[in-house]
Amino acid sequence: MKKLMFLSAVILLLSSFKPEAGYKVGDKAIDFSLKNVDDKMMSLADLKDAKGYIIVFTCNHCPFSIKYEDRINALDKKYKKLGYPVVAINPNDASQHGSDDFEGMKTRAKEKKFSFPYLHDESQAIATAYGAARTPHVYIVERGAAGNTVKYIGAIDDNSDNAKQVKEKYVENAVDALLAGKAVSPDFTKAIGCTIKWKK
Amino acid sequence: MMIQLLLLWLSFIAPSAESNKVQTISLEQLQSSTIQNNDTLYVVNFWATWCKPCVAEMPYFEEANTKFASQKVKVVFVSLNYPRELAAVDKFVKQKKIQSTAYLLDAGTPNSWIDKIEKEWGGSIPATILYKNGKKVFFREGEFTQIELDSIIKTKIQ
Repeated sequence: MKKLMFLSAVILLLSSFKPEAGYKVGDKAIDFSLKNVDDKMMSLADLKDAKGYIIVFTCNHCPFSIKYEDRINALDKKYKKLGYPVVAINPNDASQHGSDDFEGMKTRAKEKKFSFPYLHDESQAIATAYGAARTPHVYIVERGAAGNTVKYIGAIDDNSDNAKQVKEKYVENAVDALLAGKAVSPDFTKAIGCTIKWKK
Repeated sequence: MMIQLLLLWLSFIAPSAESNKVQTISLEQLQSSTIQNNDTLYVVNFWATWCKPCVAEMPYFEEANTKFASQKVKVVFVSLNYPRELAAVDKFVKQKKIQSTAYLLDAGTPNSWIDKIEKEWGGSIPATILYKNGKKVFFREGEFTQIELDSIIKTKIQ
């Protein structure tokens, strides 16, 4: 009986933790096969000319994601031709926010004329593997012979409210550094965001 | 004498007229008012009006603030809305009839202050931190149920 109580206490303790492990800068990042808003499956490896990828975990409903939509479009327009395309991924459990479903993604991509793929991580396996915690949450990975390496994790810039008042463009600075063969600094930043809606 | 009278008058009038007006607070002010060398348990909850799970759990914190009031527990709500949204936050707090202390944090870019509150915090909300005797005694990034919140508070006030 004591054993059982101890076991249930342990389970209770464990169940209160969310997936937090995920990648650190320098780790290898897995590729994936996820459904794009054009109904076709897509992998990072499909973008054959890419030197790397700006992976953005985002969603449809989160006010921070919405505030950054135009800036994410601008990142793709600027960096796709330089070899760093944006790949957006929505990992949210749509049962908690109806508008985060696949149809909602299609609508959002069309309305905002996303120039980048917008993929559905329905099983949440990729967000879990990467360790994404909030939306938007960016992972810049560099493509190499030995696989994809994480070079930056964090926010897009230092001012979610107003793009015109941004002082530090974290993602642009990171990609510029990678393109110039320099070290990324800072390679890790934090921002306020919506929690990823994990399946219960 | 006149000034003293005026102050006396204000002390009677002001609190009722301006009950629980949300004010902006700096990080330093927030930390000095909640990380204190006394045995009060400060339950600091970070939220925003746009955050659905945050708004859903606010009544649990309100309930705890009342339920444990005699046991030196003080709930402090800290809105992470933008400073320009102060009036809207104030209106929201009044509409929800929130009695606990409520502030709006005005501390600049989050990357500069999230770690100063808690290194484990990735930046998503809701997030809750408990202080007692000048030290952090608990942190969670994520929401609570009433039962979970009450049981954490009970273990920390002992």
